[in-house]
Amino acid sequence: MATRQHSILTIDGVAALLDALRRRGYRVIGPTVRDQAIVYDDITSLADLPRGWTDEQGAGRYRLARRDDDAVFGFAVGPHSWKKFLHSPAQRLWRTERSADGVRIIAEPVSAKPLAFVGVRSCELHAIAIQDRVLLEGAYPDQHYRARREAAFLVAVNCTEPGGTCFCASMNTGPKALGGYDLALTEIAAEGERRFAVDVGSAAGSGLLAELPHRAATPGETAAAEAAIAGATGRMGRAMPDADEVPALLRRNLDHPRWEEVADRCLTCGNCTMVCPTCFCTTVEDVASLDGSASEHVQHWDSCFTMDFSYLHGGSVRASPRSRYRQWMTHKLSTWWDQFGTSGCVGCGRCISWCPVGIDITEEVAAIRGSDSAARGREG
Amino acid sequence: MAAASARRPRLAVWKFASCDGCQLSLLDCEDELLMVAERIEIAYFPEAARRMLPGPYDLSLVEGSITTPADAERIQRVRRQSRRLVTIGACATAGGIQALRNFADIREYAAAVYPYPEYLETLATSTPISAHVPVDFELRGCPIDKGQLLEVIKAFLADRKPAVPGHSVCIDCKRRGNVCVMVASGTPCLGPVTHTGCGAICPSYDRGCYGCFGPVAGANTAALAKEFAALGVARRDIARLFQTFNAAAGAFRDEAERHGD
Repeated sequence: MATRQHSILTIDGVAALLDALRRRGYRVIGPTVRDQAIVYDDITSLADLPRGWTDEQGAGRYRLARRDDDAVFGFAVGPHSWKKFLHSPAQRLWRTERSADGVRIIAEPVSAKPLAFVGVRSCELHAIAIQDRVLLEGAYPDQHYRARREAAFLVAVNCTEPGGTCFCASMNTGPKALGGYDLALTEIAAEGERRFAVDVGSAAGSGLLAELPHRAATPGETAAAEAAIAGATGRMGRAMPDADEVPALLRRNLDHPRWEEVADRCLTCGNCTMVCPTCFCTTVEDVASLDGSASEHVQHWDSCFTMDFSYLHGGSVRASPRSRYRQWMTHKLSTWWDQFGTSGCVGCGRCISWCPVGIDITEEVAAIRGSDSAARGREG
Repeated sequence: MAAASARRPRLAVWKFASCDGCQLSLLDCEDELLMVAERIEIAYFPEAARRMLPGPYDLSLVEGSITTPADAERIQRVRRQSRRLVTIGACATAGGIQALRNFADIREYAAAVYPYPEYLETLATSTPISAHVPVDFELRGCPIDKGQLLEVIKAFLADRKPAVPGHSVCIDCKRRGNVCVMVASGTPCLGPVTHTGCGAICPSYDRGCYGCFGPVAGANTAALAKEFAALGVARRDIARLFQTFNAAAGAFRDEAERHGD
């Protein structure tokens, strides 16, 4: 495979990139330190980026920490994902007004301000592609998601510092961004300064790069960028065992005793679904004024872990924590293939880090696999 | 609309053992209060109005728990006069902070507080209204959320079920974009086992959830308590975390008892 010609940005080039996006009218969102974590929020300058910060992650544990260098992107993914901006936690869909002429239904206009995301990881590009499939394909595409998605400018960052709960390498979703971005950066340290090898992924990306102070990468810089990504592949904190076989493994183990064991630990709080970058479920709520003259129809993020989620007349279909955890995990890893033609998991590790009791999806798969005779047989 | 203005539904607000904070939430509605008063006749609300009209009432909001023999009688009379009875707040729905007496000897408590406890006529326990009379809807919280109170009133006026979700505080906390205080700072937080309603106020201010809205349905308090212990919370402090405003509510009571001395 031919090595693509990289360009090089310096740290000032990254600052110029943020300025250029702002000048073009984008709302620029990127990683920033807030509330003891690296979150995604509005950024206005280089100073907002988490330069010199990193994260230490484990099951049910996340700690913000100082790095011993001034890397800009030297951390893994945090509690937020880009779905917060593309697939909003609360979205008014329409409202009604009652007047003498009757009831008028007013559709919510789509948002006008285009978004630019800086620091999108490979696992997150895969997650966005999955949500594209779920929310844009089919008979009823989500208009609000579509407007934001089509206008969005994506600056990817190749992972060079995977976290303790990362397992994208085993899911074939990273650490290197292979497409779906406008520009992709790989951070390297050279001659005592931070440099960023740039890949162009679109015409828009090419146009923007042309405005920035940049130069061609030396062969040494290109090699350093590739080595940094390759190094990340080998430093994943976790791995999904035998990922290709997981859909079938779970299909034949729906009554495995492990579901009961994980249910003893599971709080059914729904945190895993909220932090998951592919979980897309929503509910709608009608909010009426006291005098009945107006109402709003609002969509909110929902979770398959709530009792209301599967409530039909008379009760919840999935009343037990066992059935709810199993529903979530088998959908994510197995039936998602049947429904959407891919896995619903991108190996970002958020569900492991942000589970208050540290339930680990890779460990649960390994436990089921460990007592599955077919899986063991293959290992011979 | 015309029918509603011909005869406005009559509202009564009742107080039992409580701090009055929940019924004040109705007065706290400020902007919406005049609209409420237009749509509903506030017939009995001693905290707010001198004029007290006799029953029957279309909607009774009941605050407070049952702690005396007289109140155990009075709630029966309230129920008989009320077409719909909605309990508001942790006292009315779970017995409140005063349900700590349920785990102790009330005579010892009384002797410690009052110079002449023999003049007190009190029950050994503080119990929710639903332990005494049928309740049409329970609105939780210490205090209740005024937005949810308005929703209950709106639902009553439209003769529909109130849209009051029953999920954990975590769902609202994550929708707000908060960073989990338990995962990122090791702060014990009752959010995962607590019924939503407040909008995740405490974690938004970097504190763990105090469980003001009581346990969520099917709360796995045992697994959470185990995690608190792993964070280094002492056994006695775990019991205390569960023994606050909803001390007598099912899962919280059981977990505190499991961590008792």
